[in-house]
Amino acid sequence: MADDLLAAHGLVVAYGRPGSPAVLHGVDMRVGKGETVGIVGESGSGKTTLGRALLGLIRPVAGSVIFDGSDITALEERARRPLRRRMQIIFQDPMSSLNPRHTIGRILVEPVLLHGLAQSRAAALGLVHGVLDRVGLARGTVDRYSYELSGGQRQRVGIARAVVLRPDFVLADEIVSGLDVSTQAQVLRLLKELTSEMHLALAFISHDLSVIRSICQRVVVMREGSVVEEGPCERVFAAPVAAYTRMLIDAIPLPAVDPGWLTRGVAVEAAAAG
Amino acid sequence: MSEPRLSIEALSAISLRDGNRPVLRRVSLAVDVGEVHGIVGESGAGKSTIAKAILGIIPSQVKLVGGRIAFEGRDLLSLSRNELRALLGRDIALVPQDPSTALNPSRRIEAQLTDGLRLKRGLSAKAARERAGALLEEVQIRDPERVLASYPHQLSGGMRQRVLIAAAFGLEPKLVIADEPTTALDVTVQKQILRLIRALQERHGTSVLFVSHDLGVVAKICDRLSVLYMGRVMEQGATEAVLSAPRHAYTRALLAANPRYDRPDAGLEPTPPEVIAALRTEIAAFDARVRETPDG
Repeated sequence: MADDLLAAHGLVVAYGRPGSPAVLHGVDMRVGKGETVGIVGESGSGKTTLGRALLGLIRPVAGSVIFDGSDITALEERARRPLRRRMQIIFQDPMSSLNPRHTIGRILVEPVLLHGLAQSRAAALGLVHGVLDRVGLARGTVDRYSYELSGGQRQRVGIARAVVLRPDFVLADEIVSGLDVSTQAQVLRLLKELTSEMHLALAFISHDLSVIRSICQRVVVMREGSVVEEGPCERVFAAPVAAYTRMLIDAIPLPAVDPGWLTRGVAVEAAAAG
Repeated sequence: MSEPRLSIEALSAISLRDGNRPVLRRVSLAVDVGEVHGIVGESGAGKSTIAKAILGIIPSQVKLVGGRIAFEGRDLLSLSRNELRALLGRDIALVPQDPSTALNPSRRIEAQLTDGLRLKRGLSAKAARERAGALLEEVQIRDPERVLASYPHQLSGGMRQRVLIAAAFGLEPKLVIADEPTTALDVTVQKQILRLIRALQERHGTSVLFVSHDLGVVAKICDRLSVLYMGRVMEQGATEAVLSAPRHAYTRALLAANPRYDRPDAGLEPTPPEVIAALRTEIAAFDARVRETPDG
């Protein structure tokens, strides 16, 4: 088992006034160095909230987040700054996370300068060119705007923006859910290659268990703010322990004819919630 | 052989905004009585344009330039607005993609369900109300009275989609157009909705044209498939044949790109450049043929 890079212990998160009902009810999870961990759940399961709490974008009511051996739960803004480079995020919708008024070049170069990874704009641009080559975008992309790019290209920019800072940990939140399968395949392959080349730890949030199975080593299954099951993908998919995990797996439609599938499974409690 | 319920013949469309780029390239398909026919393809393939053409709601920048859409032998494209309006809802109904925008947010479910029953089926207010309650029971809503009295925002996405399915099937149409009806839903809810559509369709002998980007979804609910790419049907046939022995390289590429939890080492295959090149050549050759024989 790889050493923990990031770990959450008993995370409780509530939005709104003190005393509001919790959205996370004491979540434990860990991501090893260089490891890819899937966080899966249906809408309202708390997977996005968990991701934000791991990054320190939301302060938990209780519990702690440990990053590379230090407790970062209660860090002040200033003390958190050095961590910002090491912990990056790729958003679901790059159209709304990339500033439409800035060129892609500016979006990629500024954080490199801000974090002191290059001493001059020219040197920063050199780093950016290298990353664009790596994510399969033309260098000329630096002169373009996000709205001029396709969905797949924008998501590559999102990946480039995260990895150009040489982070140790990246959170990817539903980053392929709007893409066509062929584009999705390219983006996932790229991410898989980068995590292994850069020894990146990745928390990959998705509602799609087939996607999780294809790129993650471990998976955390969430439901209504709690972890219902956690383990290596191989074991969880072959022999899920929680009935809810079984139900989620049974609900995935595989692209093959299976006449009994429609009338099989899906527990009564889901019908009540639906 | 009996006449298909819906027959689309050589339907062609262009985009006026985009240099008259072809959007549909002589699409032909037939949906038989009691059959679920899937149109599957990636974004921009023209799936929704076909659905919209049937419903007479083609956006203004798209123009139909050829072909025929026959519903029980009647050419829908030559009907007047009033004739088409009479058919819609009664004989042809839609289950839309996004259950959160398809319902009027300021009206209770009861009003929205009974409108169609009164206007299209001529029921009295009292009969329409009773029928609406029965319809909600048919889509397995346990507390129909509460749902009838609710506004859309008080219901979950899955519940709203059940209401829309009840509205579509409630007028006992002969053809239902389902346009990505489960794309916005969680997988467990998606499975329930697919099961429901299939059960209603079988019970009433409805024909369904099911539009989806998801090969897994169409595998589970469709009898036959048309695989669409750049407005062209690349492959058509029984679902089993198309998915287990695809004849076209594009269908094979789509299947290979699809991740599968049961085969973690397969899937995520990028479409080989030679397949993309061959597809482009095929489309270009088709366009050249059309230019030479515009009516052929």
